[in-house]
Amino acid sequence: MPDIDFEFIVIHLPHYGRALLLTLALGLGAILGSLLVGLPGSLILHFRAPVLRRVVAAYVEFSRNTPLLAQLFFLYFGLPAVGIKWSGFTCALTGLTFLGGGYMIEALRAGIEAVGRPQIESALSIGLSRPQIARLVVLPQALASAVPALAANCIFLLKETSVVGIIAVADLMHLTQGLIGLYYKTTESLLLLVAGYVILIVPVSLLFSRLEKAVRRAEFG
Amino acid sequence: MTTTANAPVLIDAACVTKFYDTRKALDNVSLAIHAKEVVVILGPSGCGKSTFLRCLNGLETVQAGSIRFHGRDLARPGTDWRPVRQRIGMVFQSYELFPHLSVRDNLLLGPVHVQKRPRAEALRQAEGLLERVGLADRLDSFPRQLSGGQKQRIAIVRALSMNPEVMLFDEVTAALDPEMVREVLDVILGLARNGMTMVIVTHEMGFARAVADRIVFMDEGRICETNTPVKFFTAPDTDRAKRFLSRFLY
Ligand SMILES: Nc1ncnc2c1ncn2[C@@H]1O[C@H](COP(=O)(O)OP(=O)(O)OP(=O)(O)O)[C@@H](O)[C@H]1O
Ligand SMILES: [Mg+2]
Repeated sequence: MPDIDFEFIVIHLPHYGRALLLTLALGLGAILGSLLVGLPGSLILHFRAPVLRRVVAAYVEFSRNTPLLAQLFFLYFGLPAVGIKWSGFTCALTGLTFLGGGYMIEALRAGIEAVGRPQIESALSIGLSRPQIARLVVLPQALASAVPALAANCIFLLKETSVVGIIAVADLMHLTQGLIGLYYKTTESLLLLVAGYVILIVPVSLLFSRLEKAVRRAEFG
Repeated sequence: MTTTANAPVLIDAACVTKFYDTRKALDNVSLAIHAKEVVVILGPSGCGKSTFLRCLNGLETVQAGSIRFHGRDLARPGTDWRPVRQRIGMVFQSYELFPHLSVRDNLLLGPVHVQKRPRAEALRQAEGLLERVGLADRLDSFPRQLSGGQKQRIAIVRALSMNPEVMLFDEVTAALDPEMVREVLDVILGLARNGMTMVIVTHEMGFARAVADRIVFMDEGRICETNTPVKFFTAPDTDRAKRFLSRFLY
């Protein structure tokens, strides 16, 4: 067991605090953004909106089948060539949202599809309109059955933030790589890194597993 | 149960023809349903019973024929089915209660969101109806906490709470354990006694005979025979009906 330089840890704790906040902001922003993309996207797929549905389907394929790294490079190094220059953070947030949106669309679409045709017919038979059926019957059940997949996507996005250092965003991973390069304090830096991700992800994970249980109890026994 | 031949016609289906792709599911079906009449549709599996019921409340579109209801032809394209469905209630084989809503919210969904009635008034009515089907204490339960028979009785109440003029029942006891069939059939018999107009598809022959004013026997998408229950079950006019009935003799 190597000696641990506690002084190093204490000195750099504030840096990790800042990087943690930035990573959190990036992760939560991406989660929120991708849910905002996911909901309308999944509805467009479900209701087979003409034309739009093709656009959404193409987007889902594209976002899920290109590496985030490539998406970030394109945003950070490619866009300036056409006169669009965004900060690293904006590029990272956009890239993660673009990636997460595709995954959220798929998770929500699967949830919507799990609500069977007979449920919709029984809603129709009491005179509910299509928008009412979507809001009052389909979406509550779809969200409930999509919770596990949504949770997996959220944690996936939080972890994916670790590549944004490549476009100079000072997240946890970027900070750690920098410190290792400067001081060779690999063990200490990695300890701080792991602690940072645990602080970031464990609460989210716990939150979702409680949500999952609550939803299952409320909806399906 | 009652003599209804002279009562006004409520739903008048004439020459209804329905295809699923190239497959003919209904072939020139004509049936007039009178006010307060109980029509029971019998027939072998796949003969088009469900399809016919579903055409009556717009869950299927028809390719030819007319369905007249309150002076309008529902078979015409562009029919606004929502007001019609409030007047023609339907109960399904698999109950289809909304699993994420309590019994109370299942029962209030239509009256409050579709008919825009005051919640308190709708709730009073729902409580009265629950009382009638023996489930007054189940207002706060969720569907998963109920037995099949209880779920089906709630589903009937859900349809009734829209104050429909006609009720359609599609094999509503077919998914139930035998000991629960009775409690559901009793509810339907009670409705018949109170003069509800109903079209019932069932495989329960004893019940059909007890509840029906008229038996309609279908085969291969067509109506083969229309008869009184007594005559249908003792001396049917057609050979097809005889053959069909012989399958229910042990
Ligand atoms: N959605 C559908 N698509 C294609 N064919 C269908 C569809 N629904 C029913 N059919 C066909 O139409 C015919 C009539 O079906 P229907 O469900 O009305 O029969 P049924 O008399 O209700 O039978 P059962 O007693 O088994 O419920 C059958 O041949 C069936 O295979
Ligand atoms: Mg059927």
